[in-house]
Amino acid sequence: MDNAKWTFGLTMMIVGMGGTFLTLWILSLVMDLLKRVFPLVAKAASPDKS
Amino acid sequence: MLDTVLQGLSGLGAGATFLFTSGGPNAIMLLIAAALLYLGVKKEVEPLLLVPIGFGCMLVNIPLSDLMDTGGLLRILYDMGISNELFPLLIFVGIGAMIDFGALLENPKMLLFGAAGQFGIFLTLLLALALGFPALEAVSIAVIGACDGPTAIYVASQYAPQLLAPISVAAYSYMALVPIIQPPIMRALTTPKERVVRMAPIKRSVSTQTKLLFPIVVTLVTGLLAPKGLPLMGTIMLGNFMRECGVVARLTKASENEIANIVTLFLGLAIGGTMEGHAFLKPQTLMIFGMGFIAICTDTVAGVVFGKIVCKLTGGKVNPLIGAAGISAFPMAARVVQAQGQRYDKKNHLLMHAAGVNTGGQIGSVVAAAVMLSVLKGMGLI
Repeated sequence: MDNAKWTFGLTMMIVGMGGTFLTLWILSLVMDLLKRVFPLVAKAASPDKS
Repeated sequence: MLDTVLQGLSGLGAGATFLFTSGGPNAIMLLIAAALLYLGVKKEVEPLLLVPIGFGCMLVNIPLSDLMDTGGLLRILYDMGISNELFPLLIFVGIGAMIDFGALLENPKMLLFGAAGQFGIFLTLLLALALGFPALEAVSIAVIGACDGPTAIYVASQYAPQLLAPISVAAYSYMALVPIIQPPIMRALTTPKERVVRMAPIKRSVSTQTKLLFPIVVTLVTGLLAPKGLPLMGTIMLGNFMRECGVVARLTKASENEIANIVTLFLGLAIGGTMEGHAFLKPQTLMIFGMGFIAICTDTVAGVVFGKIVCKLTGGKVNPLIGAAGISAFPMAARVVQAQGQRYDKKNHLLMHAAGVNTGGQIGSVVAAAVMLSVLKGMGLI
C-alpha cells in the first residue's frame, strides 16, 4: 500500500473513530441534560374517595 | 412463409440457446438465486430482503430478459429509488418509527458502546485499501461493518454503485448471521466470572418530554457535527419523532408498515437486479464477503473489549457481554447477549441493558457513516 493510501486510511481511522466517539459522547451528555431539565414526575396518587 | 415461421420459432428458444452457449455466469447466478430463496424461505434468514433479492437475481439472469435495460422493470425500480438513495432513507423512516429509544435514554452512557461497536468499519477500511480498492470503494465496503443494511446501501449507491450488489447482500447476510458469529467471540474474550456479572435493574426515569425532544436534539447535534450524514439521521429521527409525539399515528403506522413493506420489496428486487452474472462473478465479490465477515467479527471484539474495560472501571458493575450489542443489528444482537448471559446464570437478565446498547449501536452506525462522509467531504474526495 502506497503512502497516500496509508495516510488516507489512518486519517479516516483516527478522525473517523475519534469523531464517532466524540459525537456519541456529546449526544450522551445532551441526553443526560434533557433528563435533568425534564425529569420524570411521579403521578400523584388519586385521592381516596371512601 | 416457412422461413418466417422458422425465424419466429428461433426467437422462442433464443434464451435457452444463449444460456447453454455463453451463459455460464448466468447459470451460476441462477443457482445463487436459488440459494438465496432457499435461505430466505426455508431457513428464514432475513426473508423480507432475501426473497425479493433472490427473485430479482433470478429475473435478471434469465438470458435476454432485458429487465435491467433502459425501460425494464428492474431498471425502473433501480432508477426510482436506489441511484438517488431514496429507498434506504424511506426504510430509515420506518426503522425510526419502530424503535423505542427508552432503554438507551435510561442510561445515555450506553451510547459509548455504540461507538466501540463501529471499530470494524475503520479496520476494514484499512484492509480494503491494503487489498488495492480505491478510496471510495474501500469506504463503501467498510460500511458493511456498520451492520446496517440501509446505511450500507446508501453509501454504496452513492460512491461505489458498481459494488452495490455484493455489499448489500453481504450486509444483510451477516446481519442475519449475528446469532452464529457473535457467541464464540463473546465466550473467547470473557472469563466465566465476567459472564455472570449481574447489572442493577433499570428504573424508569425518562419523561415524555425527554423522549419527544430526543429525536430533535440528535438530529440537530449530528447534523451540525457531520452534515453529510443528515439524510440518514434525519429520516430515522423523523420516524422516531412521529412515534413519540403521538398525534400522527396514521403516518407512524404507514411508515413502519405499508411504506416500509413496499420499499423493502422494491429495494430487494432492484438489488437483485444488480446481480447480473457477468458483473457479479468477480474475485472482488469474494473479497468483499471476506472483509464483511472480518468487519462484523471486529465490531464484536471491540464491543466486548470495551465492555471489559468499563467492567474494570466500574468495579464489576457492568457485564462485558453487553458490549457485543453495540452494533446496529436490532434487536438480534440484544437477544444474543441475553441468551449468552442466561446460559451461564439462568437468573441474569441483561436484555434491557443490551437493548439500550443495541439502540446506541443503531445510532452509532449512522453517526459513524455520517462522520466518514463528512471527513471525506472535508478531504475534498466527495
